[in-house]
Amino acid sequence: MIPLSYYLIVSAILFALGTAGVFLRRNLITILLSIEIMLNAVNLTFVAFGRYAGDVNGQIIVFFVITVAAAEAAVGLALVIALFRTRESLNPDAFTTLNW
Amino acid sequence: MAETFAFYLFSGLAIVTSAFVIGQRNPMYSVLLLVASFGAMAGLFIQLDAPFLAVALMIVYAGAIMVLFLFVVMLLNAPTEDALQYDRTHPLRHPVVTRFGALLAGVLVIQLAYALLRANELRVPISGRADGTAVSSVAELGRVLFQRHVFAFEATSILILVAMVGAVVLARKESDS
Repeated sequence: MIPLSYYLIVSAILFALGTAGVFLRRNLITILLSIEIMLNAVNLTFVAFGRYAGDVNGQIIVFFVITVAAAEAAVGLALVIALFRTRESLNPDAFTTLNW
Repeated sequence: MAETFAFYLFSGLAIVTSAFVIGQRNPMYSVLLLVASFGAMAGLFIQLDAPFLAVALMIVYAGAIMVLFLFVVMLLNAPTEDALQYDRTHPLRHPVVTRFGALLAGVLVIQLAYALLRANELRVPISGRADGTAVSSVAELGRVLFQRHVFAFEATSILILVAMVGAVVLARKESDS
C-alpha cells in the first residue's frame, strides 16, 4: 500500500501550484481556477487521512467542500462578469479602486 | 506493483496538468487542462477506496462547474493575458517586498517538508475502525451524511440558495434596476 505521506506530498505540491497561480497570474478566471486547484488539493488530504484512519468523515467533508466550491464558482464568475462589464478587462490590476 | 504504477501515473498527471493550468495564457486551455487534472484526481480517489467521491468529482466538478467556467470564458470572449500589461511600478513589486515574500515561501516549504516527513509515523488508526479497513460503501456514506451531519447538509442547501441569488444579483445589468 502507498504510504500516507506520498498522498500528502502530492497534495502539498498541488496546493503550492494553486497558491503560485493566485499570485502569479494576471487573469481573474485563471485565479479562480487556481483556487479550485487548492480546494482539490485539500480534498485529496481529507480523503487520504480518512482512508488511513478508517474514518468515513474524511469522505463526508469532501462533499461539503465540493458544494462550497460550486457556490464560490457561481458567485466568483458573476463577479467576473460584472467587473468585465465595467472595465472591459480581466486584469486584476485594473480594479485597484472601488470608485468608478 | 500495479497500484504503485497507478499512483505515480495519476499523481504525475495531476501535477503536470495543474502546472500547465498555471502556465497557460489562454484561459480556455486552462479550463480544459483543469478537467484533465480532475480526471487524474478521480483516479487517486478510486485508489483511496472512495469510488463514489470519484464519480461525484467527475460529474459535479468536471461536468458542471468547469462547464460554467467554460461558459463564462466564451461569453467574455476570452481575452488572453498580455505580458505587456504587467505593471512593474506596483508598490507590491518592490524588490525588498518580493524578497521578503520569497523568504516566507521558503519557510513554508521547509515547514511542509518537515511535517510531511513526520507524517510517516502516523500509522495507527486514530478513530473509526480499528483494523484500518476501507470505508467505501455508499450505504454507509449516506447513513453518516443523513444522520450525524444532517444539519450541515441542510445548511448547505441554504448556502446554495444564497449563492444562486447572489450570482443573479451580481451579474444583472445595472440599468435593469
